[in-house]
Amino acid sequence: MDQLLQHVVNMLVLGGTYALLGIGLTLIFGIMNVVNFTHGILYTFGAYMMFIVVHQLGLNFFLALPVAIVAGWLLGAVIEITLLRPLRGADIDTTMLVMIGAWIAMQSGALWIWGGVAKSIDNPFPDAPLVIGPVSVSWLRLFVLFAAALLIVLAYSLINLTKLGKAMRATFQDSDTAALMGVNVSLIYTSTFAIGSSLAAAAGALLGPVYVVFPQMGDLAAVKAFAIVILGGLGNITGAVIGGFILALAEELGAGYVSSGYRDAMGFLIIIMVLIFKPTGLFARAERVG
Amino acid sequence: MKQIVALLCLAFFASVPMWLTDPYLLNALITTGIFIIGAMSLNLLLGFTGQLSLGHIAFFGIGAYVSALTSLGFDVPIYGDFHIVHVPWPPIAGFFLAILISGFCGYLVGRLSFSVRGAYFVIVTISFAEVVRLVALNWVELTQGPLALTNIPSITIGLPGLGYLVLKTKFHNYYLVLAVAAISYFLISRLVHSHYGRAMRGLMENETLAVAVGIDVTKTLTLAAVISAGIAGAAGSLYAHYIRIIDPDVFAFISTVTMVIMVVSGGKGSLAGPVVGGVIFGLLPVFLRPIMPPEAQWITYGVVLIVILFVMPRGIVPSLAAKLGLARAGGTRRASIAVSERTAEERA
Repeated sequence: MDQLLQHVVNMLVLGGTYALLGIGLTLIFGIMNVVNFTHGILYTFGAYMMFIVVHQLGLNFFLALPVAIVAGWLLGAVIEITLLRPLRGADIDTTMLVMIGAWIAMQSGALWIWGGVAKSIDNPFPDAPLVIGPVSVSWLRLFVLFAAALLIVLAYSLINLTKLGKAMRATFQDSDTAALMGVNVSLIYTSTFAIGSSLAAAAGALLGPVYVVFPQMGDLAAVKAFAIVILGGLGNITGAVIGGFILALAEELGAGYVSSGYRDAMGFLIIIMVLIFKPTGLFARAERVG
Repeated sequence: MKQIVALLCLAFFASVPMWLTDPYLLNALITTGIFIIGAMSLNLLLGFTGQLSLGHIAFFGIGAYVSALTSLGFDVPIYGDFHIVHVPWPPIAGFFLAILISGFCGYLVGRLSFSVRGAYFVIVTISFAEVVRLVALNWVELTQGPLALTNIPSITIGLPGLGYLVLKTKFHNYYLVLAVAAISYFLISRLVHSHYGRAMRGLMENETLAVAVGIDVTKTLTLAAVISAGIAGAAGSLYAHYIRIIDPDVFAFISTVTMVIMVVSGGKGSLAGPVVGGVIFGLLPVFLRPIMPPEAQWITYGVVLIVILFVMPRGIVPSLAAKLGLARAGGTRRASIAVSERTAEERA
């Protein structure tokens, strides 16, 4: 029982960042119909931004998070404008392969710049964990949980309360009608991709200090993001949040009770099971984003 | 005309070891050849049924492991004192078992995953490959995990009255790979020109219409998946017996990407496409190696893929054929209809 409680706490910490990854991808996948293979590299990029700001520039840890988010937003916008905008209306396989090309090039670039050696990021929190009864959780992980929760709420409000969010939802429902009503669909696509990318970068920036930072760290993160999107249903943000926590729980329980070697297999098994038995996802494709 | 060109190319490839003696280049050609076989099998799915499988390396890897384990033997504890023991068989038996078992895996994956299409099919296939990789990594009793299977014997062919021929040298392996590649090419070409091949293309171009005229979707797609997986398994087996050491890295996603690049750059849905794309991308590292570090090579790889998709979205062979006016007028028209229909579907 004690062990189970600990797993649940770990699940909450992990699930928050997974939900961020999932929201970012479900927006891009749902609104733009692009299978975004660069999502993982944006996650890696966010973690390296954290590393650069904390270690190479020597600035404050808490300043590094917004820097990583803004940098992810900018990189996402650049990718969208240079690679995806010219391919509007191209078939989905073509954009997917272009995204794969971009992913290979960017990951190799990260390997070239920062080398393959894993780096750890220092954090200002005390080393001693917070112990409540049978459960112990480090202060860093608590910070990650709260930051992730804050970002999820921000993303929610952005999509449900702002004019930009309304335009995004309209584009998701029917891009042609949205364009007819005066929505600049091209700009919406760019914003969607940039926002999705910044959420991926935020997830990387939050998990980077918890684990270590290396160029291939995003590969698994990308697959997990796909698992979350499929689990939650395409374009369904609430689904992505729930999916993030379900995946985190499956991983924690899988690692705790089956074998730690198969921890990362959980995401793949979820994908295969959901697509075989309930291809629309547990919460079905959303008719509307939000 | 096409057959003459194919035979001339075969004759040219067969002559290569006569005048090329550099072992490094010959090695590059052999591994490229093995990957071209894999790319041809991928093309059967991607180019002729329109299903993009990004887990294709799974069948290649399964073939490699099956073949290696058949010829090495194993002793795996299942439960308590219950062991499964297998004594080594000749490698050639491993080669054929690799084809059978990979084909069977293709059947299973096909049956299960053809219920989803497009992006979802892609993600299912990636997941399948990763699960297989994690099993190869974690089932240490069987696969040695990251310690790799080593000392895999070379393929031996019994010649009546002449004893045994051990295919150990690069010279031998080159011809072995070339022979398997030629047979695969011939098989795929016969298949796509058969009744089944027309059914496949019919499905790719307009699934609803194909179903309406009585094409059995699952049966047709599964047949393509089985043959494609079997050929990929054969390529994996050749790889295992040539390199003679395999570890879970054979399942690396980047290898699938390499095959996809070969097919897409050469031209999907064209028989010669994977060969042309394969020769270019297989030998590109050989020429890039002296002038740039490995990371920069991969960056070039990614950039070249993007450039090809922007400049020649249909691939080198179809684009050249269209320029030379060799393409049948119907062929190009059909392709453009298929593309516009698919985009219409994506929008809907």
